[in-house]
Amino acid sequence: MSTATDLALELAKNAAGRLVPTFVNGNDQTPYLGVGQYQPTGRKASPMIPSNRNYPSDGDKRVPDLETALRLCGLHDGMVISSHHHLRDGDAVALETLRIAANMGVRDLMWFPSASFPSQKPVIELMEAGVVHHIEGSMNGPLGDYCSRGKMRGMGVLRSHGGRWQAIQDGEVHIDIAVIAAPAADPFGNANGTIGKSACGGLGFALADSLYADKVIVVTDNLVPFPCVPWQIQGNNVDYVVEVPSIGDPSKIVSGTTQITRSPDRLLIARYVAEFLRDAGIMRDGFSFQAGAGGIALAFVDYLRRMMKEAGVKARFVRGGSTRYLVELLNEGLTGYILDGQTFDLDGVGSLASDPRHISTSPFTSYNYHGKGNIASMIDAVVLGATEVDLNFNGNVVTHSDGRLLHGIGGWQNCLFAKCTILALPSFRDRIPVIVDEVTTLTGPGELIDVVVTERGIAINPRRRDLIDATKNSKLPIKTIAQIQKEVFDLCGGRPQKPRLTGNPVAVVKWVDGTVLDTVWQVET
Amino acid sequence: MTTAAVEPQQIFSAGRSGKDVRSDLRVTFEPRASGGLEIDLASRVSTYYGDSIRAQALDVLKQMGVTDCHLAIEDEGALPFVISARIESAVRRAWGGKGKRVLLERTAAQAPLQRDRLRRSRLYLPGSEPKYFVNASLHAPDAIILDLEDSVHPDEKDTARILVRNALRAVDFGSCERMVRINQLPLGLADLEEIVPERPDLILLPKTEAAEQVREVARKIAEIKHRHAISDPTWLMPILESALGIENAFAIARADDSIVALTIGLEDYTADLGVVKSLEGAESLYARTRLVNAARAAGVQAIDSVFGDVADRNGLRAWGEHSRALGFEGMGCIHPGQIPVIHEAFAPSKSEIDKALKIVGAFEDAKTQGRGVVSLGSKMIDPPVVMRALKLVERARAMNSIKPSN
Repeated sequence: MSTATDLALELAKNAAGRLVPTFVNGNDQTPYLGVGQYQPTGRKASPMIPSNRNYPSDGDKRVPDLETALRLCGLHDGMVISSHHHLRDGDAVALETLRIAANMGVRDLMWFPSASFPSQKPVIELMEAGVVHHIEGSMNGPLGDYCSRGKMRGMGVLRSHGGRWQAIQDGEVHIDIAVIAAPAADPFGNANGTIGKSACGGLGFALADSLYADKVIVVTDNLVPFPCVPWQIQGNNVDYVVEVPSIGDPSKIVSGTTQITRSPDRLLIARYVAEFLRDAGIMRDGFSFQAGAGGIALAFVDYLRRMMKEAGVKARFVRGGSTRYLVELLNEGLTGYILDGQTFDLDGVGSLASDPRHISTSPFTSYNYHGKGNIASMIDAVVLGATEVDLNFNGNVVTHSDGRLLHGIGGWQNCLFAKCTILALPSFRDRIPVIVDEVTTLTGPGELIDVVVTERGIAINPRRRDLIDATKNSKLPIKTIAQIQKEVFDLCGGRPQKPRLTGNPVAVVKWVDGTVLDTVWQVET
Repeated sequence: MTTAAVEPQQIFSAGRSGKDVRSDLRVTFEPRASGGLEIDLASRVSTYYGDSIRAQALDVLKQMGVTDCHLAIEDEGALPFVISARIESAVRRAWGGKGKRVLLERTAAQAPLQRDRLRRSRLYLPGSEPKYFVNASLHAPDAIILDLEDSVHPDEKDTARILVRNALRAVDFGSCERMVRINQLPLGLADLEEIVPERPDLILLPKTEAAEQVREVARKIAEIKHRHAISDPTWLMPILESALGIENAFAIARADDSIVALTIGLEDYTADLGVVKSLEGAESLYARTRLVNAARAAGVQAIDSVFGDVADRNGLRAWGEHSRALGFEGMGCIHPGQIPVIHEAFAPSKSEIDKALKIVGAFEDAKTQGRGVVSLGSKMIDPPVVMRALKLVERARAMNSIKPSN
């Protein structure tokens, strides 16, 4: 396996003008070719053919504990272990899996989470001890810092939710053992996330793992007699089932209730977003939109809802991040459906469990680019955040402006394919300008980003003449992106210094088609 | 060499830092006898503006004539006008308040002055909290108030006035009227010295009880303006906050030509009466109606107090509508979320506007036809009613409640 400090590192300039490695963690890489330019060839990955003869005829796959399950799966050095993040910061299972591996004396594992959280900071110790070789998945806070300082042995690989599905499906990542924490499961291995004391909503992020991994272990704190319905994870794909007292801390899995931000500045931006959707004619009967779980990306829903009521407009469907605010829309008849990728509060969980119009989606249906279309591309409007956006409308979500890893991509890249992609963000944060000359780390190409909404004004991508024309009579403060940048630079006392980065890559950012979009460089300490 | 004698062991600080602080900084200034200017910087944004902060610190110290010192800065993303203010404050604290003013380039444009403009909402900005300054105008209050009085701790009065002075020079407040609430005299005199040269549009005088107090402030302002060759007017708005103030309302309202409005401070007023401040406001009804009457009689605007419960939007709306019905033209505001509610409450209703437009139409007809009497159908409209309708239509246009074609 190549390491991050390999001196014979080969870098190539990709279609976005970014320098990227062509060989990462033992695999050849294709540099980014442009939006929709890469044509995959070959067939999807496939697991080995199983046979009923090797599984209990009574359908009871239970084993006493997780360690037994891992041993039976043949856990050994160098394997790829995957986990999902539906239990968010309350997850106990992923860390426990890696700790058991440490106790068993296993080394050099690749951890492949769908996302990581602050409570998984102890993985740093496991990396120091050599149990974990590297992480391919988002790395927040302390884990991100560790990687940014060049301490991780392998290179980090950041993928979107859709990109993770694509990587598994295309055989780019081969999962040896998938460990699926499930709020409800039966002894056969059917599982869901909607019922039980640790209920989290859907389990979509674990779906690809269950289909493609060599071995699949379901871990639950709520074993029910067969059948466990609804079965989002099919027991027919599961090897072992483990019952534990608790899979995590419910108070950190979903919040009791979601509160919209009270910050007047954020609310102002949210109002501008809703007014833009109205003035541009995007808000109309039968339209669709996507909301986030918090911040501005959620707050705009409140304003939009009032405008929809006033205009007598109903959405055909909304996508989320579901929270009580989307559930309210459903109950008020303002949307026909909620398509739910991840549930954030108890109202969302309850609605998903009881309302047939509230439907679970997976990264396959919503986000996968190597498929025959996906839902995120069909949406009329999506509202996203970013750490930076540049004069060409390119966006960054993975690093701070100083180059340090901040968080993962999530569904952000996948959502860029919506008909109208809006980045809603403050024009500066703590004297740090958000509109920069060139993004520090390219996460999304500007040709897909249509509108930037800040408290100081709204900039429309010059490529979108249709949006510019549609809003020419709007009272909104529409400016060029360069004008907003200049206002902010004047406020902040000039152009900021550029970060001091080394020439050593510590992670790569993949595009939705598996090509390499940009490099995250080690920060100077 | 420094210009005042100072014990070398003493250090002087200004500003605040800490993980909960944003857009501010804490500076610690230690004058020395030799060794040049030594600066230690710890900043949340050092990667982006570290060089700029150091250069600015050196510049401020040099402008003040400091040649030898140790300056420690703990910065939480403060903007340049704040950095300059805090450093100047620390140095002036070392020198007993004296010291050269470090005046930043005047970058903020000013909206033209208008005696009788819309004053529906005036947003209080605590003078010691710079994080609220830069985005205040985006929420579109009719006015902002940089407060040096009750929202500023007694120990911070000196540094707040330097901060507010810098804000008046460097922060763009858009089309908002720029108001400053000074402290009661004699402390307020130091406020005036610092801020009058920066041409605030209006000065609020707290706890006014007698006409002579207003005249004293007006004289001081005139004297400062004369020294700085400023001829633009500076409006005044006395705040009545006691029983005596209310008693003298008319005399106060007429005390000086610069007075454009009269307002009331209900917290202090109800404390003076020894009553509890209620939601319905029965205990202050007399004071408020007396104020409206006195203001009208003196030809100035009557402006109501703030509504303290930020979360209670319905209560705010009810208060605002009642306030308008009593004759107030606006009220104070302590949170941007209150602004749209207040503007709605003080806006004339559609039916009022329609009626007023009809009267104005009849007035214009009478004018063009050379008739002395204005009539709508068979009904004669008295001159005061016509005046009120004209004023309402003018106000409604200013509030964008009437489309230009009307």
